[in-house]
Amino acid sequence: MSAVPLDLRNRDRSARLRGRLFHAAIFASTTIGLVVLAVLLIDVIRKGLPYLDGILLTDPPSSLPERAGAGPAIRGTIYLMGLLLIMAVPIGVGTAIYLEEYADRSRWYNRLLEVNIQNLAAVPSIVYGILGLAFLVRGIGLGRVLLAGAMILTLLVLPILIVASREAIRAVPDSIRQGAYALGATKWQVVSRQILPAAIPGIATGSILALSRAIGETAPLLLVGALQYVAFNPTLLGDFTALPIQIFQWIARPQDEFHDLAAAGIVVLLIILLTMNALAIWLRNRYSKKW
Amino acid sequence: MATQDATLGARSGPPRLRAERRRVGEDIVKVLLGLCALVSIATTVGIVAALLQPAIEFFREVDILDYLTGTNWAPLFQPQSFGVVPLVVGTLAVTFWACVVCMPLGLGAAIYLSEYARPRARKWLKPSLEVLAGIPTVVYGFFALTFFTPLLQDIGFQVGVFNVLSAGLVMGIMLLPTVASISEDAMSSVPQDLRAGAYALGATRLHVSTRIVVPAAISGIIASYVLAISRAIGETMIVLIAAGTLAQLTFDPREASETMTAFIAATGIGDVPSGSIEYKTIFAVGLTLFVITLVMNVIAIRLVKRWREVYE
Repeated sequence: MSAVPLDLRNRDRSARLRGRLFHAAIFASTTIGLVVLAVLLIDVIRKGLPYLDGILLTDPPSSLPERAGAGPAIRGTIYLMGLLLIMAVPIGVGTAIYLEEYADRSRWYNRLLEVNIQNLAAVPSIVYGILGLAFLVRGIGLGRVLLAGAMILTLLVLPILIVASREAIRAVPDSIRQGAYALGATKWQVVSRQILPAAIPGIATGSILALSRAIGETAPLLLVGALQYVAFNPTLLGDFTALPIQIFQWIARPQDEFHDLAAAGIVVLLIILLTMNALAIWLRNRYSKKW
Repeated sequence: MATQDATLGARSGPPRLRAERRRVGEDIVKVLLGLCALVSIATTVGIVAALLQPAIEFFREVDILDYLTGTNWAPLFQPQSFGVVPLVVGTLAVTFWACVVCMPLGLGAAIYLSEYARPRARKWLKPSLEVLAGIPTVVYGFFALTFFTPLLQDIGFQVGVFNVLSAGLVMGIMLLPTVASISEDAMSSVPQDLRAGAYALGATRLHVSTRIVVPAAISGIIASYVLAISRAIGETMIVLIAAGTLAQLTFDPREASETMTAFIAATGIGDVPSGSIEYKTIFAVGLTLFVITLVMNVIAIRLVKRWREVYE
């Protein structure tokens, strides 16, 4: 009966207890983030709900909270995202194709390029804002315009786009390339007719994720001068504002009414983000190929 | 050579494997793609150039030693004073409180996801946690200012409307998935043999997790920590909204404090004239910020590379 000494059994029990405590602690670490996320969403929706209406979506900002809207800001954000797609996607995909299909890894400049992109991905976004302020707004005298904002956001999301596009291109099996070459295709024919079509779902997913990063960026736009009163439709070389900037402006006001208005703006921003992410997931599941 | 070409042209012997003519289109495409790649190089060069030139002009007017050791930051008031220490202390204070949250919780979450969670639970827990990283920082700033600070006041902390504590803790939640995700990747790539060997010797799951997996994945975990610190230092909107823009040298987390990023944003919003010393301070502080984050990123990239090399 007493084959197991008493102290060993005690040790066993305390070890089990410690195991349970540890399990509980790390489970709590995982869920605490989700709890905060839920609290944040409920808080924002509760505060913003009274102001979520047509006025918010279409009207210009106003000093009266009940008449203030984010119309120009929402349109500014849509314009920014459109410009971003036109500029960032070709450059990002082009760089990815270059690195995956053309670049010779043994050359120092190609290795430098890779390290450079890794570093750019981690540069604080406000530093991109400084770049925009120094070169675009003041340097070449573009001024505080929509195009300057779009260009800065383009540079900001390029590393994300490049990494996503490279992964999509790398996922295309080599047998496709070899097959096309065997039939006499040139390099660009292989890339443009075989690899790119096969990689498009991955590239599209990456592009949407890059857009959803850009859409919430506030700090760089503050520096290129999106913080201004704009009551009209934005133009390429005109004053502009964007949704996150409008939200920041409302937060910066002391009155509670404007904070609730900011919450309503946040709900709109989060709904746009959620839609984009859902689209990305759908694209990935719908078109992803198992080779 | 000429005769050989001639015989090949006469279709006797083996087929020609060379293209009939040089394809100009192929070369143009290659150049265009190279130009795309050049954009990211130009970005780095542009950032360095944009920061360096005004910063050098700034240090012609302000002694660099006074800048780095001065404890009074008042570039926008008379008499002007350019001691960056309060901004650096403000930045480090916020970063400290963010780390208090994201380092233990991120590591715990990584251990749970990698060693404890069942595959099905993991499949939805991981992406849900990643949502936290996708929420715009202006939203976190709003949450810190209008929800978390009042909450701290309600439960008895004597914090001001703008305070370091609230901004730092909320930022820690934002960084949690960064730490969890990179650490979990490192833990998942620890070979199964190591775990099996430990279990065979009678180790419990707690022991396997803390004495086998965590030490084996330590460079990945440190990389995630370094990256989190770097992102905390570079984060702008949360601190601008919730920690305020009052540059004061204080270690009290209940008080307002200005970070480097918040100063750049607050000064950049205003229409400071080009060429003025106020304008140049943006670049001096920006350069300080860029150098600090660059060093941390290089360390993180090196560390990630190391564990990849060991186990893959």
